[in-house]
Formats: sequence, C-alpha cells, structure tokens
Amino acid sequence: MLNSGLEVKQLYTDRDDRVLFSDLSFHLNAGQLLQIAGPNGSGKTSLLRILAGLSSRYSGEVLWQGKSLQKNRHDYLQQLLYIGHGAGIKAVLSPLENLRWSCALRGAENSDVVLLDALNKVGLRGFEEQPCFSLSAGQQRRVNLARLFCIPAQLWILDEPFTAIDQGGVCEIEQWLSEFVSGGGSVLLTTHHKLSVSQGFNVITLGASNV
Amino acid sequence: MLLRWGPAMSEPKLLKLVIAVLHRDIVASLRRGSEWSNPLVFFVMVCALFPLGIGPQPDRLADLAPGILWVVALLASLLATDSLFRGDFDDATLEQMLLTHQSLYPQVLAKTLAHWLMTGLPLSLLSPILGLLLHLPGEGMVPLMLSLVLGTSVLSFIGAIGAALTVGLRKGGLLLSLIVLPLYIPVLIFGSSAVKAAIEGAAYLPQLAMLGVFFLAALALAPLAICGALRISVDQ
Repeated sequence: MLNSGLEVKQLYTDRDDRVLFSDLSFHLNAGQLLQIAGPNGSGKTSLLRILAGLSSRYSGEVLWQGKSLQKNRHDYLQQLLYIGHGAGIKAVLSPLENLRWSCALRGAENSDVVLLDALNKVGLRGFEEQPCFSLSAGQQRRVNLARLFCIPAQLWILDEPFTAIDQGGVCEIEQWLSEFVSGGGSVLLTTHHKLSVSQGFNVITLGASNV
Repeated sequence: MLLRWGPAMSEPKLLKLVIAVLHRDIVASLRRGSEWSNPLVFFVMVCALFPLGIGPQPDRLADLAPGILWVVALLASLLATDSLFRGDFDDATLEQMLLTHQSLYPQVLAKTLAHWLMTGLPLSLLSPILGLLLHLPGEGMVPLMLSLVLGTSVLSFIGAIGAALTVGLRKGGLLLSLIVLPLYIPVLIFGSSAVKAAIEGAAYLPQLAMLGVFFLAALALAPLAICGALRISVDQ
C-alpha cells in the first residue's frame, strides 16, 4: 500500500506572514478517514484547497499514488471530489439542473433517474424543480452534497460538510462517509462536530503548536 | 498546463461539455434577466439621448451615427463584462469548473459564447433600429450589423480575459476597464470605419475582414489567457 492514496510531506503555508502550518506530513490510504480539526483561522480550508489543487501557495510535497500532484493532475482530478465551503450551486437553477451541470463537467453520464435518486437520498424529494434560492440554507447544502452520489470518485475532500445540516442529516452523512470508506474510498474532512463513524479514524489538529 | 486534452477527451464528450455549459449559462442568464437586459437598455437609452443632446438635424446625426452606435455598443459590452465570472466565483461553482479532469478550454469557450449570445448578439440585432433613430443612411445598416456581430464577439473574448483577471479582487471594476479598454480600441476603429466607408460608397469588406481576423485570433488565443487568468484568480 506504499503508493496508494494521498501523501503529504513537510507541507508549509503561510498567510499574511503568519505561519498556518509547517512540517505537516500525513498519509491517507484507501479505506481511511481523516478529520482535520483546529480552531477558526488555523488553516483547515487552506490545507484542503492546497490538497484539492486549487492553491499553489505552499512548499512541500503532495503526492497522489506516489506521483506529485502537478504531474499526476489529470488522474488525480478524475478521482477527486471536492466540496468546498462555498455554495457550489447556482441559486437561479433548480437542484436537478445544478446536478446535471456538475455531472457534465465531470463527464459522468448520468440519466435523470440517477440524479433524482441522488436528490432523494439527500432528502430533497419534491424540491427537484424548485429554484435553489427558494430552498433553505440546509437544503442548499444538501443539493451540493448530492454530488457525492452521482460523481464517481476515490477521494472525497469535504470542507465543513455539516454546516447548516440538521441533526438527523448529520447522522445520515456520517453513515454515507462510513459506507464510502468501507467501500475503499478515502475521506478528508474538516468539521467542528464530534464525528461518530463506525470505523476508526485519524484526527490532525492544526494550530495547536503555532498559536 | 493550461490546455490539456486528456486521453479520455473524445469529441462527443467535448461537445456534451460545451452544450452543458452553454445551456446552463443561458438558462441562468435568462432567469436573472438583468444580465442580458441591462446592456441592451443602456444601449437603447444612450443612443436615444443623442438626438436630444445634439439636435435633430438629420445631416449632423447621420455624420456622427456610426461612431455613436459603435462607442455605445462598446460601452454596453464593457458594462456586461464584469458579471461574466463574478457569479461563478461568488457561489464557488468556478472551483468545480477548475476541478475536473476535462479541459477548461471548452468550458471557457462555451461561457464566453453564452455571454456573447446574451449581450453582443441582441445588441447587434437591435442596432438597425437605433440606426434609424440616428438617421443612419440605409446603405450603412448591413455593415453596421455585420461589424457589430463580429466586433462584439471580439469584445466578449477580450472582456472575458479582463474579467477572469479581476474576478478574485473585491473591487475589480475600474481595473477591468483599464485592462480592457486599450484592447477594445482596434475593434472600435475598424468597426466604425466599416460603417463610414459603406455610407460614403467605398468598400467596407476590408474592415470587416480585419474584424474577422480579430475574431479568429480571439477565438483561438483568448481562451488560453482566460484559463490561465482564472487559475491565478482562484489560487489565493
């Protein structure tokens, strides 16, 4: 299992001359879940953006399946599903239209049945055709999370997936995470919530040493 | 790095991607309304004000009409430019566009095309009516429309480069104009001179051909610049 998964070596990044983290190294293999914890402003989102390949403001190495992210970008992006803390949906479009577009971007050829099923899973039955701006914050978040069920991926990077989600929803999402992980997927997520998934998982706390 | 035709990028897939982006942008723009109607209303209002400001003498207006129509069309196009990537940046859907193994080039091409279809094309189609208002002679109408169709598409591509460069800034408005306006000037010169030449009975095809050259160059090269600019803007 040496060359599988995501490997981070001696990662360093700063923001406005403030060191967010330095000498950060970890390994995330298939079938593992890793939670990034830490207080606000400790660099959790920055770390996820670096790992998603959105930000290049770092030094150190990020490897996917043994090869660096820059060299392996095409394969990496094919395996990655990143859900940031932004809305990730167009407010004037309906959930179904948003999902259709997201899938088309990824080249995932899903019929509407699959998309409706995904929306059903996130509890949006009956809201498929409503414009997203008329949905509540939690429902909008669920539209974004529905991408988990219609875009095939190996690695989920989730930035605060539980924001605005009700208690029952949080339990459901935890269940999806543990199903995905037991199916061989890897999950990297940030949350302030106390995770309860059936598998064991690692926690990395940022900002503990350099505040 | 910018242009990557991945191994899985077959033609039908490419076409599907373009159609999906085009469809989504046009539907979103139609529903919001202000995106396509604002430049159009601006174009009509400003053109309608000129006869009031200059006076209704047909000769004087006809003399100025090509320049007025072209300058106002250019400003209307500039007005619409800032919103090209702003919405996608704010709601983080731009991140999704960047985080796919499929190439960014066709996505950007489709977005710019959608933007032109919603701003430049209606502007061009409406221009003969405003030409009438400004007493533009009949022989100038066809060249006006043709030069605007070609010219506004070039303006959309140039504007998209500026919009992509400034989308990450909180106050990019003025900077956008400063980046984009100098590049608009050649288009303005050839566009309005095509119309003037047609009115004077001279050949206007050379000017249109120049606009065609601009269009083809923009079509091929601008998306590269836009892709690069978008990556830089998101990288923060």
